[in-house]
Amino acid sequence: MNLNATLFLQLVVFLILGGFTMKFVWPPIVKALDERAKKIADGLNAAEKAKSDLALADRKAVEELRKAREKGVEIRANAERQAGEKVEEARAEAARIVAQAREAALAEASLAAQQARDALRDQVAQLAVAGAEKILRREINPQVHADLLANLKQELQ
Amino acid sequence: MATEHAETGPSAGDYIVHHLTHLNNLGKKQPDVIDWSIVNYDTLFYSVGLGLLTVFLLWLAARKATSGVPGRFQGCVEMLVEMVADQAKGIIHSAESRRFVAPLALTVFVWIFLMNAMDLLPVDLLPTLWQQATHDPHAPMRVVPTADLSATLGMSIGVLLLCLYYNVKIKGVAGWAHELFTAPFGAHPALWPVNFLMQIIEFLAKTISHGMRLFGNMYAGELVFMLIALMGGAWAVSTSGVLLAIGHVLAGTVWAIFHILIILLQAFIFMMLTLVYIGQAHEGH
Repeated sequence: MNLNATLFLQLVVFLILGGFTMKFVWPPIVKALDERAKKIADGLNAAEKAKSDLALADRKAVEELRKAREKGVEIRANAERQAGEKVEEARAEAARIVAQAREAALAEASLAAQQARDALRDQVAQLAVAGAEKILRREINPQVHADLLANLKQELQ
Repeated sequence: MATEHAETGPSAGDYIVHHLTHLNNLGKKQPDVIDWSIVNYDTLFYSVGLGLLTVFLLWLAARKATSGVPGRFQGCVEMLVEMVADQAKGIIHSAESRRFVAPLALTVFVWIFLMNAMDLLPVDLLPTLWQQATHDPHAPMRVVPTADLSATLGMSIGVLLLCLYYNVKIKGVAGWAHELFTAPFGAHPALWPVNFLMQIIEFLAKTISHGMRLFGNMYAGELVFMLIALMGGAWAVSTSGVLLAIGHVLAGTVWAIFHILIILLQAFIFMMLTLVYIGQAHEGH
């Protein structure tokens, strides 16, 4: 246990080493540490923000989906209703056309029957007149008995 | 930690004394307790060498320091820096002073740890190599700079000078002089001499205990390693020698493992006291 001049030299070395560290070691390391701390904080913030954004987007997506589904339902209901209307219309139209056709056919048929009946009546009348003429050639004057014949024709109708 | 060979020639006393003799410019053991004309080459060599290693390692980490993902080495240095920075922040409240004091504390911690760690090398390894290199079987060499009182007091006086500097810087010459005479007992003129005496005693006690604490721990540790080495060395000349060899291995292992704690603790204590003393210089009484 002795004291000697080593003491002063050690003192100088001590201060020089401290000075070196202050100048060349401490600042870059502390700077890097601060920067990294900032980076990590930024990263955490970004993650937090992304998380809330994601939650927001999720909520929005669900909302949109719900709206789309509602709209789909509405459109389908409309379409069904319209289709129903169209079918109803078509059915009514078809019924109308059929009824019309039947009516026309009936009218035509009755007209034809009427004509046939008229023709038949004419012929019967003529035949009757011809027969009567042959029988009563001299006695019947067509002009005189025209009224009579017309009456007969009328009765046959 | 272990001795390579049994020294059968010199006595145990000679062995110890030889291992406690510095390699100095005198060429033999320093005769007086205090002699300012003598320089211990071994202490200076190892302390400067380890000091350069310290700042080189720290500089290596600082050079590649980025805010990206750190490697293991950089992470290790950053942990040290953060530890010291946190301690400094808690003790010294002036950011301006911390710019020098915190790096100093970091260097002191790593440097003293490395100097202390020289104790874990086998006690005879480096001295024997030195003796063979110089072809002088009695060439002295001590490898633990912190087991040299001159070195530890040199550093603690460095801390004292910083304390005086910051006292003047923070409080001004007048403010500090006022404090020297009025604290701790009061401003009454009759108390001035007592106050001043107490202040001087405080500075002396702080500085001497600061250096002595580290020196004492390391000196004692070194001595115990020497005694363990002696025990192992005596196995060849004793009938129960094998037991001594086993004792050497056991005791050497236990003491070395315990000493890992001591060297780290003493380095940490020296650093913390450096911060505390300089922090005290910033506070008025």
